[in-house]
Amino acid sequence: MTTRIQKEARKESLLINMGPSHPAMHGTIRIMLELDGEKVRNSEVEVGYLHRGFEKTCENKTYFNLLPYTDRLNYVSPLINNVGYVMTIEKLMDIKVPERAQYIRVIMSELSRISDHLTALAAMTMECGAFTVFLYYIKAREEIWNVIEKTTGARMTTSYIRIGGVRTDLHPDFKTDVAKAMKVTRDVLRDVKGLLDKNKIWIDRTRGVAVVSPDMAINYGFTGPCLRASGVKYDVRKAHPYLVYDRLDFIVPLGEKGDNYDRYMVRMKEMEQSLRIVEQCVEKIPESVPEVKGKIEPAEAIKASRARKPDAKIKLSPNLKGSEKEKYPSILTDSKGVKVPPKEDTYTGIEGLINHFKFFMRGHGIRPPKGEVYFSVEGGSGELGYYIVSDGTDQPYRLHLRGPCFHIVSALEEMIKGHYIADVIPTFGSTNMIGGELDR
Amino acid sequence: MIEALIKFLCAIVWFLLLSLYLTWAERKESAVMQDRVGANRANFFGFRILGLFQPLADAIKMMTKEDFTPAFSKRFLHNLAPFLSFFFVAVTISTIPFGSHLMIGGKEFRLQVIDLNVGILFVLALLALSIYGVILSGWVSNNRWTLLGGLRGSAQLISYEVALGLSLIGIIMVFPSLKFSEIVGFQSELLFGWLPKWGVFLQPLGLIIFLMAAMAESERVPFDLPEGESEIVGFFTEYGGLKYGLYMFTDFMKVLIIACLLTTLFFGGYHVPWLYADGFHFPWGGDWLLPHGIVVLFQVIMFNLKVFFFCWLQILIRWTYPRFRYDQLMDFGWKFLIPLSLFNIAATAVLMSL
Amino acid sequence: MAVFLFILLSLTCIGSILGMILSKNQAHSALYLILAFVCTGGLFGLMSAPFIAAVQIIIYAGAIMVLFIFVIMMIDIRKGLSPERKKWILYPSLGIGLVLIIELIFILSNTLVPSKAGTIESFGSPKTLGKVLFTKYLYPFEITSVLIIAALVGAIVLVKKKEEK
Repeated sequence: MTTRIQKEARKESLLINMGPSHPAMHGTIRIMLELDGEKVRNSEVEVGYLHRGFEKTCENKTYFNLLPYTDRLNYVSPLINNVGYVMTIEKLMDIKVPERAQYIRVIMSELSRISDHLTALAAMTMECGAFTVFLYYIKAREEIWNVIEKTTGARMTTSYIRIGGVRTDLHPDFKTDVAKAMKVTRDVLRDVKGLLDKNKIWIDRTRGVAVVSPDMAINYGFTGPCLRASGVKYDVRKAHPYLVYDRLDFIVPLGEKGDNYDRYMVRMKEMEQSLRIVEQCVEKIPESVPEVKGKIEPAEAIKASRARKPDAKIKLSPNLKGSEKEKYPSILTDSKGVKVPPKEDTYTGIEGLINHFKFFMRGHGIRPPKGEVYFSVEGGSGELGYYIVSDGTDQPYRLHLRGPCFHIVSALEEMIKGHYIADVIPTFGSTNMIGGELDR
Repeated sequence: MIEALIKFLCAIVWFLLLSLYLTWAERKESAVMQDRVGANRANFFGFRILGLFQPLADAIKMMTKEDFTPAFSKRFLHNLAPFLSFFFVAVTISTIPFGSHLMIGGKEFRLQVIDLNVGILFVLALLALSIYGVILSGWVSNNRWTLLGGLRGSAQLISYEVALGLSLIGIIMVFPSLKFSEIVGFQSELLFGWLPKWGVFLQPLGLIIFLMAAMAESERVPFDLPEGESEIVGFFTEYGGLKYGLYMFTDFMKVLIIACLLTTLFFGGYHVPWLYADGFHFPWGGDWLLPHGIVVLFQVIMFNLKVFFFCWLQILIRWTYPRFRYDQLMDFGWKFLIPLSLFNIAATAVLMSL
Repeated sequence: MAVFLFILLSLTCIGSILGMILSKNQAHSALYLILAFVCTGGLFGLMSAPFIAAVQIIIYAGAIMVLFIFVIMMIDIRKGLSPERKKWILYPSLGIGLVLIIELIFILSNTLVPSKAGTIESFGSPKTLGKVLFTKYLYPFEITSVLIIAALVGAIVLVKKKEEK
């Protein structure tokens, strides 16, 4: 099957394939290049190697079931995907989220954003040959993932955010852990600044390469750091504030020319701003409900419930820790029918059992009213939008993800035209293409 | 005849062993720079010793891997290419002086395998011939990417050869000889009465040019686009097993040779400051007379220390910088280094006539 | 020892030249030529002219042949092009070859008598060579450099024209 470029290429140019398996094509993408010596005359980008049928799968899953699928979209910043999806449902069903849960969501989003930028820049610099910088970034990312793991239970595919709030409260040592992770990240950012910012080799490599003018960026539908590197000031957190972003103080860094160096600098500066946001949130977050003393084992609680003393405080198993019933008001909404009832109620009372049963039963559970909704959050690569059409049942009729990478990669052909083949790699790395988000 | 053979064996064993342990040094130094531990699992009956057995494990692994030739390529040339690379770089060790003389039982042995009249040119000639390994391997693998890599690699190598040669002209002007032993001999004289007349003090610009050109010759980051592993995946993609091992080994041998050349030409080789054939004579008065064997031992140890220092420096530079793009690399070689070295020659000529 | 080396080097040289002429593959011919140049360098070394030997290897085998091989590999011809064969060319070529062989025999018969020139230590040393090159043979030296620059400029002009087209 001849592709477009095979038909269009001139006879004397060299057709080269940067195939799906290439060390620099993270996330499997195929770029076919028509070379004239060293310069790229024309190119064709072929996506879809990681298409897993996410949107179709979602039509057969209930709203609660498809939460883990959203983790795997932009798999380096999974919490932001979770937040985006969940907030779309909340907009559709008009659910209010308690304030502590909102602050927790913001903290987790920003930590995810930092790890997304760290991964993107690590890959970009490693492919340009700066191996030490890659390992410094990964060290900082490890610290952040340790913090996320202690709260959510997983490093990468967290499924932490729930409709109406979050799954569990932050772990008790959160403040110290986050402070340590932020210190390590700040040290790493300072080291990398010294290593790369004014480094002649790095500047030669990235300055003036793949320049994207503001008009071109808007025409293609860029959002996120790539758009801001071209000088257009659009950040979903400032333009359409959601959660508690309107109460926080942060700036949106802009680039000047829109070349690879600006995209690198914008990401570095955004990481500092995200660190500031996390610090402010950790100070401003409302206190959580203190833990209740004198809890009893589940077997005794069942006995106690049979003796009609249903208010016993049960000691939950360790992997449900943080989701005790007394914490529910601060991390989950009050609306009925959208959250999993607390285990203490499920195992000791008939109402809890029925609530639990109806939540998970096919045909019942979360049934938003008929209608359609679109909501977007600021993802690691740009505006991450969810469009859901509901027909009143417990499964979405249609779910569409507006993946920011798709629009940025669609401009890749024009970005690398006329540059050298060795420029393709940093250009591609600076677009932060994540396969899961691009191909869904 | 026997004497030359023994000297050659010693030199080549030193060279190959040190290249092997340079891989260990690279892993450990990069680990220290990157906040990690490095390879430390290879053990011999339970003794790990900081991973010093790792190079042996690597060698065994390379030797026992399958030796294949890709289809549509000529068997003989495919086998020849790594051999050419390896051979020409390995032979260069025979001109480097390790020490001055060793008197055993009244007979005098020079600690140098062969003392050619045109030592420097010999080394340059052999480094020029080792380019063929690169080209041949790129071409014989019947693969577009490796061909690109091979051609670019060899273009880079011949461009930086010019800068390498030109930077050495300054040294030849200041120490008027091409023999390595005489150059080291000249460097043991004293400038201003206390500063040893090392090349670095007489030719600082030449040193910088030589260092950069030599790092480009050894094709390491920041000059390693031809073998850029994450970009165009190198010219030795179709090699496996011991042949690939030979290429990697040649890489480290070049690092070692460059370190040896740097010490011999610019830093006095085996010369310890103020150490003469009978002991130390310090310029501020005070002598420390030593027997002949100890003098030679000091010289050999000093040579090794200097070589280790320059290997360490090259590894440091490798892990710090990103790589050049190809056209920037050629610009750097032709438009910056060559005019600079010509200026160096002119300035040296002017200063010498004063 | 020297005689053994001489016989070895000259036989290798002749063999590789024959291989270069007779081989059908261009890349193989180029490789044989490289081998011939290296052997010639060795022969220079045997004649106690080490400077010329090293320079021969650096420049001929190390740079010029690399450029030859570049071109051969970039053009990427699999099978060798066989030259045109015209029957009537054979006889004049045999005649000219015979004339050349007779000339060679004359020249060689003069040099088979050992001469005194090679016994001076500083015969091929860079110092003597440099002195001679810049005093007695100054004009050929400078004119050769001008010739090389002319070739360089011509090559660049040709390439430029092609790019503009």
